[in-house]
Amino acid sequence: MAKITGDIVIDIERCKGCEVCTTACPQEVIAMSKEVNSKGYNYAIKVNANCIGCANCAVVCPDGVITVYRAKV
Amino acid sequence: MVETFDKPEIRTPENLVYSKTKVLTDNVLSYCPGCGHGTTHRLVAEVIEEMGIQNNTIGVAPVGCSVLAYNFFDIDMQQAAHGRAPALATAIKRLLPERFVFTYQGDGDLAAIGTAETIHACNRGENIVIIFVNNGIYGMTGGQMAPTTLPGMPTSTSPYGRDTQIMGNPLKITELVAQLPGTYMVTRQAVHTPAAVRKAKKAIRQAFENQILNKGVSFVEVVSNCNSGWKLPPVKANEWMVNHMFPFYPLGDIKINGEMVK
Ligand SMILES: Cc1ncc(C[n+]2csc(CCOP(=O)(O)OP(=O)(O)O)c2C)c(N)n1
Ligand code: SF4
Ligand code: SF4
Ligand code: SF4
Ligand SMILES: [Mg+2]
Repeated sequence: MAKITGDIVIDIERCKGCEVCTTACPQEVIAMSKEVNSKGYNYAIKVNANCIGCANCAVVCPDGVITVYRAKV
Repeated sequence: MVETFDKPEIRTPENLVYSKTKVLTDNVLSYCPGCGHGTTHRLVAEVIEEMGIQNNTIGVAPVGCSVLAYNFFDIDMQQAAHGRAPALATAIKRLLPERFVFTYQGDGDLAAIGTAETIHACNRGENIVIIFVNNGIYGMTGGQMAPTTLPGMPTSTSPYGRDTQIMGNPLKITELVAQLPGTYMVTRQAVHTPAAVRKAKKAIRQAFENQILNKGVSFVEVVSNCNSGWKLPPVKANEWMVNHMFPFYPLGDIKINGEMVK
């Protein structure tokens, strides 16, 4: 059976650090950075390579910050 | 070097499964972090994109935090006086019946100052969509009590909680408009989890499709958060919403195809 892998691209300058995406991810891929963006928000970052491209994070993000890719490998 | 966990090899157009809809502009939303207004905007915009009606839709923005909605939707928009969005939408739809027309309103706009316009548009059966974002508070002006504020809920004008003996009862305007003959679809949704978002989007899609039938108002309430007004961080505000708002404002369909859901 083909394995599914995914990747997300986070537009960190648009992220407001609300953390809603972190609770929506089934793979615990997302956490908040220690650094802040130019608006002063701690932004979302990936902390592992376990993304499966389910898009849960993107559909709950109020600011449309996340782009999602999914592929069979 | 910091590990990024990027997989550039899979970032190809055919593998793209989600990106921000082009029906939203690139303007940064004026909403607080985690505010459900942003998510609700996105769902409406995605429905407009998927139905291919970007050039054929007119939205009406309210007064409230979403007063600037016309900066965020890349469609024709008007902005109504406080609470008057359903009246303005009535005029637009009657003059341009081929267009898809929707209002986007908060609870202070729709269920306080605009109660009369809401009820009469719903009773007349105007062929419009109403998107009603209910966060139980006047977000924009500093978190004052709204007609929709829950019993016991603290706000800046009910700092010890809403005492219904003095301040009256919350208004379930969604159940109220469902009773009127002019509403064709009435539903209550939320946008705090992936499953809720996907369901809310289906409801908004149905509401827009109903306009082709010309059978009256399709009314979609989105029970939402107001992190600033509730004085909670976004994830905690969503938990509070599940524990307090949902028991009083239960999610689900109330009226479908002109029939009350049992
Ligand atoms: C005629 C008039 N009265 C009062 C106001 C002040 N005002 C601005 S927004 C608002 C209420 C907004 O609450 P809501 O509709 O719930 O929107 P939210 O910001 O919570 O999304 C009020 C009372 C106004 N702008 N115009
Ligand atoms: S796409 Fe799914 S698995 Fe990947 S980061 Fe988002 S929620 Fe997690
Ligand atoms: S949900 Fe969006 S805005 Fe909020 S932290 Fe995640 S990426 Fe940033
Ligand atoms: S004040 Fe409340 S409703 Fe307004 S943007 Fe902030 S969180 Fe959203
Ligand atoms: Mg409100």
